Amino acid sequence: MSIDTSGGALTEAQATKVLWRPSNAVVTFVIFMLPALILFTTFVMLPMIDAAHFSLYKWNGYGTPTEFVGLDNFERLAGNRIFLHSFGNSMKIIAASLFIQLPVALILALLIYEKHWSNTVFRLIFFLPYILAEVASGLIWSFIFDGDYGLAAEISRWLHVDNFYILADRQWAFTAILTVIVWKYFGFHMMIYIAGLQSIPKDQIEAITIDGAGPLQVIRYVKLPMLKPALTMSVFFSVIGAMQVFDIIIPLTNGGPSNLTHSIVSFLYTFGLQRMNIGFGSAVGIVLFLFCATFAFTYRSTFQREKGAR
Amino acid sequence: MNTETMFGWRTALKIIFLLLMSCVILGPLSITVFGGFKTLGELRVSPIGLPHEWVFSNYGDILGSAEFWGYLKNSLVISISCVLLTLIVSGMAAYCFAQLHFFGKKMLFAYFTVGMMFPFATAILPLFIKIRDLGLLDTPVGVIFPQVAFGLAFSMMLFRGFFEQLPKELFEAAQIDGIGYMGFFFRFTLPLSVPILSTVATFVFVQSWNNFLLPLVVLNEQPAYTWTLGMMQYRGAYMTDWSRVLAFVTLTMVPAVVFFFAAQKYIVAGLTGGAVKG
Repeated sequence: MSIDTSGGALTEAQATKVLWRPSNAVVTFVIFMLPALILFTTFVMLPMIDAAHFSLYKWNGYGTPTEFVGLDNFERLAGNRIFLHSFGNSMKIIAASLFIQLPVALILALLIYEKHWSNTVFRLIFFLPYILAEVASGLIWSFIFDGDYGLAAEISRWLHVDNFYILADRQWAFTAILTVIVWKYFGFHMMIYIAGLQSIPKDQIEAITIDGAGPLQVIRYVKLPMLKPALTMSVFFSVIGAMQVFDIIIPLTNGGPSNLTHSIVSFLYTFGLQRMNIGFGSAVGIVLFLFCATFAFTYRSTFQREKGAR
Repeated sequence: MNTETMFGWRTALKIIFLLLMSCVILGPLSITVFGGFKTLGELRVSPIGLPHEWVFSNYGDILGSAEFWGYLKNSLVISISCVLLTLIVSGMAAYCFAQLHFFGKKMLFAYFTVGMMFPFATAILPLFIKIRDLGLLDTPVGVIFPQVAFGLAFSMMLFRGFFEQLPKELFEAAQIDGIGYMGFFFRFTLPLSVPILSTVATFVFVQSWNNFLLPLVVLNEQPAYTWTLGMMQYRGAYMTDWSRVLAFVTLTMVPAVVFFFAAQKYIVAGLTGGAVKG
C-alpha cells in the first residue's frame, strides 16, 4: 500500500517535471506571444513600411502602385506652400506647448500640489478638459468663437464693435486654435508635475526653509531640480503630441481660411486621403515620422546620458 | 505681523488666480450645458448664464433619436473590445517577457517598443488601404485592431514592469503544485495585477472612446459611426442651430465626465506611474 502511494507520488512528481519541461514554456510562448506579434506587425509595422514604399509612387489607391516617381513626392512637398505653412503651424503648436502651456501647468502644480481637499477640487477641474474628446472641445470652442452667437459676439456687443469672426480671420484663426490646445492639454502636464512634486521628501524642503530660504528659493533650489524627470517627460510628450494635432482643428476651422490653419496631420488627411493621393500623403507621413523619430532619438540619448551620470 | 500680512496677500492672490483659471475651464463647459436649454434667439443675445426660459426639446429630440443611441452603442462596442483585447493580448506578451527566458528577448522587446515612436498618422493611409483590402471598412473590427495594435507597446511596458515585481516565491510554489505557465498567468498573475490592469483599461477606454481620426478613415456609413463621427455629422446637419449642437455635445460630455470621476483614481495612478518610470 505504502509503496504504491510513494510510487504514485513519484509519478506525480515526474508528471510535474514533464509539465515544466521547456516544451511547456515553448507552447506558452507561442500561444501568448503570437497574437501580439501578429497584431503589431500587421497593423503597425507593415503599414509603416508601406508608407515608406508608397511615398515613392504616384498612386490613387486602386490596384497596385506602379508609377514609380522616386523622390518626386518629397520634392513636391518641399515646394508646396500649404505644406510648408502647415509645418510652420505645427512648429507654432510646439512653441505654444513649451512656452505657454508648460509654464502655466507648472505654476498651477506648484500652487495646488499639497494634499488638501480644496486642491483636489481644483485639480479635478483643471484636468477636466483633458478627458473631453478633442472634437467635443473643438465644437465647444467653435461656439465660443462664433461671431454671431458665442462669447465673441457678446464681447463685441460690450465693446460696441462689429462682429468679429476669429476662426475665419486669416491672421487670428490659428491663435484661436492654439488657445484651445493649451486649454485642452495643460491639465495633463499639471498632473505629471503634481505627481513629481508630491514625491519630494518633506524634510528637504524643511531643511532649506530652516536655513532661511523663501518660497521662491525653495522652488528654485529644491522643487525644480527634483522635478527634472517629470519636466523631461512632459516636454517629450508635448513635442510628440504637438506634431500629431488633428482632431481639434477639424471642428474649429477644418484647415481654413485658405488652408492657413492646417497642422501636418490635417494636411495629410485633406490632401492625401480625401483626394486619394496615397503616394503624396505617405510622403507627408514619412516626413512626420522622420521628424518625430529624430527628435525622440536625440532627446532620449541626451536624457539617458544624464540618467547614467546620476 | 509683517510676514502674516505677506502670507495673507499671497493666499488671496493664489485663490483669485485659481478661481480665474477655474472660470476659464468651467465657463465654456457651462455655456455649453446651458446653451442646450436655450432657444436659438436667446442664445444669440445672451450666450452666458442660466436660460430665462428652459427649453427641453433640444435634449429631448436627441435622446429620442435612434441615431444618437446607435452612435453610443457603436462607440461602446469598440471601446470595450479594445480594452479587453489590449488587456489579454498585451498582458500575455508582457508575461512572456517577464516570466520566460528565450533567445532574442531584448530584440523582440525592442521591436515592440520602437512602435511607440511611430506617429499614428504616418500609418493612416497604408492602414486605410490594408483595412479596405481585408474587407474591414465600416466594421468595428477595422477600428479595433489598429487601435489595439498601436496601444500595445505602451501597455506591454507597464505590464512587464508590474509582473516582474510580483514575488518569485509564488511562482515556485505554484510550480510545486503542478500549475503550468499558462495556468499561473490566469490564476495568479492577472488577479494580482488588478491595479495596473485597471489603469491601462481606463486609458485605453478613454482613448478609443474619444478617437476620431481612425473611425473617420475606417467608417464611412452612418450606421457604423462612433459618437465622435456622429457629432460632426450632426454639426454639419444643424450648421447654425447652435442650441441643438450644444445639447448634443453636452449629452456626449456627460458620460465622459461621469466616467472620469469614477475612474480618476486609476487615471492619476497611470500618470504617476508613468512619471516615475520616465
